[in-house]
Amino acid sequence: MAIKTENFILNIGPQHPSTHGVFRLRIVLDGEVITDLEPVFGYLHRGIEKLAEGRTYLQDIPFTDRLDYLGSMTNNHAYVMAVEKLAGITVPERAEYIRVILDELQRIASHLAGLGFFLNDLGALQTPLLYMFREREKIVELFDMCSGQRLNYNYYRFGGFVQDLPEEFLPALKILLDTLPGFIDEYEQLISTNEIVLIRTKGVGVLKRDLAINSSAAGPVLRASGINWDIRRNDPYSIYNRFEFDIPIAKNGDTYDRYMIRILEMRQSVRILRQAVKDLPEGEIMGKAPKLLKPPAGEVYSRIEGPKGELGFYLVSDGTDKPYRWRVRPPCLLNLSALKDMVVGWKVADLMAIFGSIDIVMGEVDR
Amino acid sequence: MSVLSNTGGGILKGMRLTFKHLFRPWITVQYPEEKLAMSKRIRGNQVIWVKETCIACLACARACPVKAINMEVSRGEDRKLKVDHMSIDFGLCIFCGLCVESCPTKNAIYMGCGYETTTYRCTNVEKAEGQSFSECRCRELILTGDELGPSETRVLSGYDRPDAAEKLPLQTLLINKKGYFER
Amino acid sequence: MSDFWIHLLVYLVILFGFVIVSVLIFIWLERRLIGRFQLRPGPNRAGPFGLLQPIADAIKVLIKEDIIPSEADKGVFWLAPLVAFVPVMLMFAAIPFADGVMLVDLNIGILYILAVSSVTVIGIFMAGWSSNSKYSLLGAMRTIAQEVSYEIPLVLSILGVVMLTGSLSMNEIVKAQDVPFILLQPLGFFVYLSAAMAEVNRTPFDLLEAESEIIAGFHTEYSGMKFGLFYLMEYAEVLAVSAIATTLFLGGWQGPLLHPVFWFIAKVLLVFMFIIWVRATLPRLRIDQVMAFGWKFLLPLSLANLVITAFEILIAPDINTAVLIGINIAVMFGLILLFSRFYKLGGGRVSIK
Repeated sequence: MAIKTENFILNIGPQHPSTHGVFRLRIVLDGEVITDLEPVFGYLHRGIEKLAEGRTYLQDIPFTDRLDYLGSMTNNHAYVMAVEKLAGITVPERAEYIRVILDELQRIASHLAGLGFFLNDLGALQTPLLYMFREREKIVELFDMCSGQRLNYNYYRFGGFVQDLPEEFLPALKILLDTLPGFIDEYEQLISTNEIVLIRTKGVGVLKRDLAINSSAAGPVLRASGINWDIRRNDPYSIYNRFEFDIPIAKNGDTYDRYMIRILEMRQSVRILRQAVKDLPEGEIMGKAPKLLKPPAGEVYSRIEGPKGELGFYLVSDGTDKPYRWRVRPPCLLNLSALKDMVVGWKVADLMAIFGSIDIVMGEVDR
Repeated sequence: MSVLSNTGGGILKGMRLTFKHLFRPWITVQYPEEKLAMSKRIRGNQVIWVKETCIACLACARACPVKAINMEVSRGEDRKLKVDHMSIDFGLCIFCGLCVESCPTKNAIYMGCGYETTTYRCTNVEKAEGQSFSECRCRELILTGDELGPSETRVLSGYDRPDAAEKLPLQTLLINKKGYFER
Repeated sequence: MSDFWIHLLVYLVILFGFVIVSVLIFIWLERRLIGRFQLRPGPNRAGPFGLLQPIADAIKVLIKEDIIPSEADKGVFWLAPLVAFVPVMLMFAAIPFADGVMLVDLNIGILYILAVSSVTVIGIFMAGWSSNSKYSLLGAMRTIAQEVSYEIPLVLSILGVVMLTGSLSMNEIVKAQDVPFILLQPLGFFVYLSAAMAEVNRTPFDLLEAESEIIAGFHTEYSGMKFGLFYLMEYAEVLAVSAIATTLFLGGWQGPLLHPVFWFIAKVLLVFMFIIWVRATLPRLRIDQVMAFGWKFLLPLSLANLVITAFEILIAPDINTAVLIGINIAVMFGLILLFSRFYKLGGGRVSIK
């Protein structure tokens, strides 16, 4: 005679140590196995897209900082590039090289934060988190030197930058580039061969190839499933076609591959940084841009390869100094759309591991 | 399905690394006994307005994304603009620095260096008729006129102002910390 | 007759004081040591070097409001911390601090300790059940599965030591260690330490109170002194396990120059610091992986250890000690390597229709 069992619904509520930000999940459990999943988000919605329609293009730059607040430089870059395309502003050489340097540093910092929190969810008592935040602190101090703040930089402008890099920046960056690969080796020694991490993450939460493409995933999540797509290669922007770097691709699409791709991307970023620092030319920082920007009427969609995926801005201008429509393509939200298929059939502990490996920042999901 | 591929060797490597960290100096700072020197371009929690050099052009009030600056100007007898009333609401200000960049004279409005703004008790609270305690606007957040000027606790920051940046000390960086690179 | 009562009273006071003071020192040591592993000093504000931090914690726990959920089963809710804590205190009655210095020198010492330590599981389940909360229930279910299944390798690994000594009394076991048993029974020590870490819910087996998944497991709904008792129980159990490990495997209170109590405490601290080191480094396992580790890996290893020890005692009782140590260590590495190649840890994805 079969035993009568009952599913029960568990609410992993908006306040939880592991949902990165305010995110709510309702899961239906059969014992410890998850049979159904329903995400509920919108707790951090601030109406940024609507607020941006009532302000000029220059005043919208601080809003882009607050989207993915762990990766502000790339957000700024995406928006500034979109407006430059719309208004036809050219950027001088030195500013382009500095943009590449800041973007790649931001990529390393964002991956460090994402991996640290992923390992925190696996249960390693904040030890790898603090080691990774030590390196992130060094990068954030460099950003502090340039722009004056540690989290919301507001540094990019249409046509270049506000102020040039200070003189202490390049020597400090050279010291950082010499020591960072050694510290990444230390992280691999602590984590990549650790049997417990391997057991918890290998084969867990597989995202298959067709599902990854069909659900518009992008960034490390897409490349971990075996698809060779990186906007810096396939649709180059800025001056990325002058640097040589590899794109790491993995085969399986499980949680371990998503972790490994981020480590390899950090190493490739160090490689790009070395080339950029060597070739940095002298020159002016700001191109020709009018004080009060009134771009001609039209629309533009421009995208960059951010640390979380493809970050795109769609702007519609009607000839005035305020945008008519201001739309963000949030990579974290679209990466999240395949969560149910990745998680059903695994246990509660795996839910946290899979969710942490997608690397979500709620500021971008909810805007 | 997972197989225990490497029998505990990875765990032992990790433990060796953690053990090595026992002998490294710690990286935290014992605030408030030790304080780090901040960046020269810090956009701290203060905005400083220098009354003498302001030409009342209203550029900073127009540049603010959240309309935190309230200025009233009028034309005086000598056909020059002068400022009647200037107030900044620091409850609205997001410290983005756009006002500082937009100033044409480049020495009328600065960002401040201070970042320690906690107090024990809000001393300047004004309640309107019938308002509850949580609804009142804390008057300390709105600074007007002379309160916005530079003083001992309100030091000028070098954000977009190279002349002020020269007077500030060098930033302390974590990569310069001693005893750090020996692995 | 009054001799007996005086002895009992004095030792009760000493033991109680020892446990409470040790738990306070352990809390301090753990927080400082984990901080040093993580490149930060740990608490150093409350008193010199943070020594008053555990006292601040204790005062905070005592003055907090005692909240009981409205749907909770009140009698069981109230009793659960007691049922969890009292057996742990009872374990200390049979642990020798110096030669014969213990509350009562039972001739079935180790059997008594193992029997009493199994009762804490009931307390934890009572706590999880009576809280009437899904998170607590999940935590409680995981606990029972884990704690009950790790009892068996624990007991079997101790049997090797008992066979070498020939008696169950704790004092006899210490006296019989001319060579510490960790060298003669390396496999037993490994199995004992793993099973003991799983019994007391320390990382990597701490999914019971996994902070990132089920908030706090069975003691989510507890506050005030009841929570304080659970906290105390956790550290007292670690202390007890370290003390048993030193008496059984590291030679107890034996040592060259100094007073035996000093050696005992030093060895207990050594074992505790190793447990902290493991906690600072490793992430945690999933529940089905924990069960597989216990049943498929530790249990056959402990059985193999028993058989090999029996062989050595029967066939070659007069063998040279160094040769015996060498053989044992080689056998341990060989067995661990062999076993880890041949089994799978944990289930995979369950297909949902």
